[in-house]
Amino acid sequence: MTALHDKRSIWMRMHLDLPLLIALLIMMAGSIMVVYSASGQESSMMIRHMTRMGGAIVAMIVLAQFSPATLKRLAIPLYCIGLLMLVGVLLFGVSSKGAQRWLDLGITRFQPAELMKLAVPMTVAWYIGRNHLPPRPMHLIIGFMIVMLPTLLIKEQPDLGTAILIASSGIFVLFLSGLSWRLIGFLSSMVTLAAWPFWHYGMHDYQKQRVLTFLDPESDPLGSGYHIIQSKIAIGSGGVEGKGWLQGTQSQLEFLPERHTDFIFSVLSEEFGLFGVCVLLSLYLFIIGRGLYIAVNAQDAFGKLLAGALTLTFFVYVFVNIGMVSGLLPVVGVPLPLISYGGTSMVTLMAGFGIIMSIATDKRMLLK
Amino acid sequence: MLKHRPTIRDHSAEANLFARRAFVGFVFVLGLVAVLLSNIYTIQVQDHQDYQTRSNDNRIKVIPIAPNRGLIYDRNGVLLAENKPVYNLEVIPEEVDDLDESLDQISKIIAITEQDKQDFLKDIKHTRRFKSQVLKARLDETEVAKFSVNQHKFPGFSIEARLARYYSFGDTLTHALGYVAKLNRKELNQLEQEDRATNYRATHDIGKLGLEKYYEETLHGKVGSQRVEVNNRGRVIRTLSMIPPQPGSDLVLTLDVGLQQIAQHALKDMRGAVVVMDAKDGGVLALYSNPSYDPNLFVHGISSKNYKALLNQDRPLINRTTQGRYAPASTVKPLMAVLALEENIVNETTTMWDPGFFEIRNVEHKWRDWKRWGHGHVDVYKAIEESCDTYFYDAAYRLGITKISDFMARFGYGDLSGIDIHEETTAILPSKEWKEDRFKESWWPGDTISVGIGQGYWTATPIQIANATNILVNRGINHPPHLVQVIKKDNDITQINNEEKPPVILEDPRHWQVSLDAMHNTVQKISGTAHNAFKGTNYDSAGKTGTAQIVSIAQGERYDADSLKERQRDNTIYVGFAPYSDPKIVVSVVLENNHGGIQIARQLMDYYFAANPVNLARNDTP
Repeated sequence: MTALHDKRSIWMRMHLDLPLLIALLIMMAGSIMVVYSASGQESSMMIRHMTRMGGAIVAMIVLAQFSPATLKRLAIPLYCIGLLMLVGVLLFGVSSKGAQRWLDLGITRFQPAELMKLAVPMTVAWYIGRNHLPPRPMHLIIGFMIVMLPTLLIKEQPDLGTAILIASSGIFVLFLSGLSWRLIGFLSSMVTLAAWPFWHYGMHDYQKQRVLTFLDPESDPLGSGYHIIQSKIAIGSGGVEGKGWLQGTQSQLEFLPERHTDFIFSVLSEEFGLFGVCVLLSLYLFIIGRGLYIAVNAQDAFGKLLAGALTLTFFVYVFVNIGMVSGLLPVVGVPLPLISYGGTSMVTLMAGFGIIMSIATDKRMLLK
Repeated sequence: MLKHRPTIRDHSAEANLFARRAFVGFVFVLGLVAVLLSNIYTIQVQDHQDYQTRSNDNRIKVIPIAPNRGLIYDRNGVLLAENKPVYNLEVIPEEVDDLDESLDQISKIIAITEQDKQDFLKDIKHTRRFKSQVLKARLDETEVAKFSVNQHKFPGFSIEARLARYYSFGDTLTHALGYVAKLNRKELNQLEQEDRATNYRATHDIGKLGLEKYYEETLHGKVGSQRVEVNNRGRVIRTLSMIPPQPGSDLVLTLDVGLQQIAQHALKDMRGAVVVMDAKDGGVLALYSNPSYDPNLFVHGISSKNYKALLNQDRPLINRTTQGRYAPASTVKPLMAVLALEENIVNETTTMWDPGFFEIRNVEHKWRDWKRWGHGHVDVYKAIEESCDTYFYDAAYRLGITKISDFMARFGYGDLSGIDIHEETTAILPSKEWKEDRFKESWWPGDTISVGIGQGYWTATPIQIANATNILVNRGINHPPHLVQVIKKDNDITQINNEEKPPVILEDPRHWQVSLDAMHNTVQKISGTAHNAFKGTNYDSAGKTGTAQIVSIAQGERYDADSLKERQRDNTIYVGFAPYSDPKIVVSVVLENNHGGIQIARQLMDYYFAANPVNLARNDTP
């Protein structure tokens, strides 16, 4: 028993979950390869990318050192700071590409929405986990409000992608806590029913246009449909085996937009084919499976709910991004997790995995 | 779900509930991954071919490469039309930081007109920014040098060379060579209809006139292409494959540029035309129309000012050798004599009395001879040598228009000579049918009389006159005129245009000799009309003069050149050939409102026989 305990203790003491860590490092290695190709072999970009990866790994290790109890205590203060900063962004934020997402802190720019990606599930998990599962209607309503407040503020920036991710992280907590199926059924049918009048009376023409373009991108091949068409050409021309690393013509010749960020999946599909896609999806499934396994085995409700919600939110990234670039979903700016170039979101994701590892290696109950 | 909640937390129940939810969540994740995967499968496997094609369409572009146009040489291998590089100052807007500033700076080095600048700014609005646009075309050497020294100060500016047609002899050969100029919309439509447009995808210029137009297909060559890979902005990344263009064939002409220069020099500022033909094969040795103009003006697009200058009353744009319609006048007398002999209207010994005019019974009009007091007793020889009008008035009147018209048609009058340029007119060989068609009037016997001396309704082009004379000196053998003798492609040589037309056969071939002898006398006898001009030549020539009045002189008055306005003075014509015994060349010279054609013919023949001495005549005539 002691020997077994000692054997595990190296990683336990470091508060790291080895299977998850290995999977994450494999993904990052893959990311370096694909971003290198997508950036047109630009070394300065690679250095920035790898620096951020290092930062992300450090963030993960640091977060893993916080015990779930500490995280629980931090939830409310983080949430409040986050909310204040979101209001601040709307009032004094810095604009870039038509959206106001950044807060200029003098030394560095900061995107408060990234903080909320962690603070929201932490707060909801803390709030719901305080009481019995499944939660009472009153708790559900308050939990829902905790989710919606930052979501709406972020949607105002506007940043639909992040708003969806933050809303999902909160709602997954509610789902995992045992939200009744009847209520789920009722709410989803309400949303469906509301969609029809919303389409006719609640949307501007340009918004309708965006939806129509999504449904049939070929109707506007040079305008808003261009991204999706080029992306599908990249994916489709990759075939089963792919064109080979650095050989993707759609990406190397720059027909593919946003290749190293949101559309990196298309680069991967073009160069590594269906084979590469299957490897990628398998890795994702492994990470999600491991995350849920950790959640199920967590010591208390807070840990379970938080780890589960973070894991499922991670899948939302995957689904929205791949769905978008392959033409299943409209274009929303969500990166491909752990693969896309782009610092902040990778740091946040890895911090999330740090939290999951902290939950996985929480010894409090073991000692009982 | 639990309705009654225990106050103490049931951890295992909660754990179970969570585990179930987590399981549902994982199943849901698997389901959605399956959706993603099936969609990717559809795109990557089922529709792979389609997307593969579209991916290649994106990146592969085919760029046509223009072939080099065939060159044109004269009979001695002198280059007449070549392709010379022209240097254009071009700009890639994308690579220029401050376009306005750069344009200001470059103007200080190379003169750029406001027009150039406006055109350039207009052009770049309509094209992609990485594409090179011409700012100034055709820089001279100084400008090229000036720019080269300063090039480092102008990123995005460069000098590009392109081949353009250049006619090194300028206006000496314009009407024969013609010129090329920018391919226009109309010509492109025409090419499309003929299914030749693809061959012109990279071509700037097309033959517009003369040989350049007539031999367009031969000279043009075949377009090549290269398949290139481009990026999303259309910039070429690399060449995948290339089919080189095939240059056009070269033309070797029958023309002798030396003779052209003699003709041009001799005509000076006179309006007129010179045709020199090789009597052996119909090859045209000289084809010069004056005034001429520089065809190079048209190659790069003629300015409206320059073009207006060409629309003056001297009409330099007209090719007088093939489009000028002149009364052939007395130059038709030798043929008219042959016809009269054939038809037994006259014979070698018949004489008639010329009182200085011809008249028909019961008609008051008198057809006057050029010699007011008449030539006295005239036989067929004297009639040609001294160019007696009355003799031929009488002969024509007795022959009748139909016989004349039918006979002259066999010598090419009233028809295209078939020379290998498109700018040609048939002129008019009058006949009964023609007059009825043209004037809705019947032919009067009186109409025939002036036709007898090559006037009246009769008009002919200088090339027709030369051609008819050529048939005469060859005793009926008909070598139609042509300008190209050889088409050359690499080492592949095609001899062309040496076919014969059906010969004119006389019932009595001795009748040729009568006219040829008379033409010989015209030059050799002191009384002959062309005697003085040809004194002292070392070759033996023969010929016939002609004078055509432009305004009719009232009955009883006489022609006085000084009292007439310049453009009402007579046209003069001379046809000649040499050597008399074995003709090698035929010359025809037509001068509008001027005289001196005989002297010009002599200069041409002197030049020709200096270069091709008679006694050293080569047997292998080209």
